[in-house]
Amino acid sequence: MQQEFTISLFTEDHIGILGQITIILTRRQINIDSITASESAVKGAQLLTIVVKTTPEMIQKVARQMEKLIDVLKVFVHTSDQIIYQEIALYKVPTKGLMSGNIIDHIVRAHHARILEVSPEYIVIEKTGHKTEITELLNQLEPYGVLQFARSGRVAITKQVKELNSYLKEMDEANRYKSDKIEILN
Amino acid sequence: MKTEKLKETATVQVNGYEHITGAEALLNCLVEEGVDTVFGYPGGAIMPIYDMLLNYEGRINHYLTRHEQGAAHAAQAYAMVTGKPGICFATSGPGATNLVTGIANAFLDSVPTVFITAQVVSTLIGTDAFQETDIIGVSMPVTKWNCQVKKAADIPETIAKAFYIATTGRPGPVLIDITKDAQLEKLDFKYKKCDYIRSYNPHIPLNKKPIESAAIMINHAERPLILAGHGILLSGAEKELLAFAEKTGIPVAVTLLGISGFPTGHRLFAGLLGMHGNYGPNLLTNQADLIIAIGMRFDDRVTGNLKKYAKQATIIHIEIDQAEINKNVAVDVEIHNDAKDVLSYLTPIVKQNSFEKWIREFRICDKEEYEKVIKPEIKPESGAIRMGEVVSMVSDLTKGEAIIVTDVGQNQMYGARYYKYKNPNSWVTSGGMGTMGFGLPAAVGAKIALPEKEVITFLGDGGFQMTMQELGTILQYNIGVKIIILNNDFLGMVRQWQDMFFEGRYASTELVNPDFVMISKAFGIPAKKIVKREDLKESLTEMINSKSAYLLDIKVQKEGNVFPMVEPGKSVSEIRLTY
Repeated sequence: MQQEFTISLFTEDHIGILGQITIILTRRQINIDSITASESAVKGAQLLTIVVKTTPEMIQKVARQMEKLIDVLKVFVHTSDQIIYQEIALYKVPTKGLMSGNIIDHIVRAHHARILEVSPEYIVIEKTGHKTEITELLNQLEPYGVLQFARSGRVAITKQVKELNSYLKEMDEANRYKSDKIEILN
Repeated sequence: MKTEKLKETATVQVNGYEHITGAEALLNCLVEEGVDTVFGYPGGAIMPIYDMLLNYEGRINHYLTRHEQGAAHAAQAYAMVTGKPGICFATSGPGATNLVTGIANAFLDSVPTVFITAQVVSTLIGTDAFQETDIIGVSMPVTKWNCQVKKAADIPETIAKAFYIATTGRPGPVLIDITKDAQLEKLDFKYKKCDYIRSYNPHIPLNKKPIESAAIMINHAERPLILAGHGILLSGAEKELLAFAEKTGIPVAVTLLGISGFPTGHRLFAGLLGMHGNYGPNLLTNQADLIIAIGMRFDDRVTGNLKKYAKQATIIHIEIDQAEINKNVAVDVEIHNDAKDVLSYLTPIVKQNSFEKWIREFRICDKEEYEKVIKPEIKPESGAIRMGEVVSMVSDLTKGEAIIVTDVGQNQMYGARYYKYKNPNSWVTSGGMGTMGFGLPAAVGAKIALPEKEVITFLGDGGFQMTMQELGTILQYNIGVKIIILNNDFLGMVRQWQDMFFEGRYASTELVNPDFVMISKAFGIPAKKIVKREDLKESLTEMINSKSAYLLDIKVQKEGNVFPMVEPGKSVSEIRLTY
């Protein structure tokens, strides 16, 4: 069964890492629904948040292949209930239709959106939320003529208690371990 | 040969740093890493490095191949027989792209190799300059790691990282692309080997718990089977495997690249796995109650139809690359560690045991295979010479002590099946990639690595012609490799498939071949053509006794098929002994 997964991928800040990651997804015919790159709370570590649809078995395989990449620090895979996530969308609509009566006020309030800019020609509305909520607002604005629409990729925070830093510490300890010769006892 | 006068290299040391060019720094790095052999091919962008090579004569021996692909394969074989990383140089553009087949080959077979390519001047990158190729982009999916260097000052650290990454964990190819200006620019040089990268953890602390669970399962198993892969050789765990097998009494089957990791002919040796492997280990994989897979990746050529593969068995997977665990076959016990570490811990905690009844089943299979397949192959009473009888005779004449290098196809399967390997790392082949043309340049690399060893290569007439220009390398450096062409005037393996699965429609598989003896002699290599069985032994002996390189063009059965065979899509238990 295909389902939605959010991959949180912490990497070193090196050129070309995105290419290596997309190669892994491409080989397995997995489409990227959304992708966001940003810095993370750990110094020098970049965070890539990738949303894909695939099977639970396949996501484990590709996550391991990603983690194997030299410049990847750690890969976390989450289902939607394991994360708090948001997307942001901007809508540009003509001022004319929306200003009659208090349609605009009604829509903005109902959707917990906000107005960023108003000019005689257009209004820019901002909405953060889940994809479905953003699409709902888009549908409602459509009769008034949407001039432009743009939605960001997903940004996500995990609910897990253990943070990247403690993983890094563990990895660091492991990294310093060198397998000394273990004598055969028998 | 003209050697230019050594250039003045007035190196001044200040605070332990030498002020030298990037090209010299690179070669210093190689010396620091213990490199004394490099395979390669020069060109425009890499000229500063080649120029500097003249100053390193006696410290770094460079072998000029006749094509970059040859250099890549030679470097891989060098690494496979020595365990040291293989080093290869090529220039930008076509020089770099010509390496790609060799790099991909080393990647699929986990061979530690460092490829140094030159790049156009950094200001020209991205402008489609002459001989500019984005080799970083091209090689990304087939390298363990790659990196472009645009500043001389970055060379030492990058090369140190390259060696660390190529040789640790699951080994593999690393490519470093150095711009021409970085080769010419000066830097303050000091070398420090790399032993730590934050995001890369090749030394995994021993996971004792799963090993202890595995020990309990092993102690209770009734029909256990070890599947040993390339990981045994890569981790240097041959002795540990032998000790483990001898204590537990468990039979050992090997994968194609696992050959020579366990002595062929040992009482616990169960044979070769896979499509053209032995009858017993394939058939009995589906009857074992416990499978202990060590340093192998359940390749499709080993497993056959996955839906019908070892469903009855509990599977323990010992593997250093976690991405390989549960990739093709779902396993019950996952041991993500180095094979040698695991076996050293595991052997003392398992009980002494023997499985005579179970092993007898292998021997029954062996007997059937011998009667139906092997005997007619190695002791034919009439007809044309068989590939198997040639390999078997070479095995007897060299007492299993030679290093065998093969090309890909039928010659490879016969080389794998009919030689009795005594020593670790005495088998060099292209496994995962199945690269035709691998054999001859790989044999060159193996012989350069171990000049005292007998290196014999079995080639097909097709594969030989893909890289036969490397006869020039043999000529130039007087490399004593012994070349056997198992010549059936066909692309034998493809023809076999056409015979079996395409109604015998031989599409583009028959070859009109040149006179290989004349070609060989043109390169100053003694050669002989053999057609008759009665000439075989004498000629092989003459070849083996030859101090120099030697080529034998042996006319073999034109339409022979390799058996046993697990047909594509079939289960290992459906292995066929005959047509």
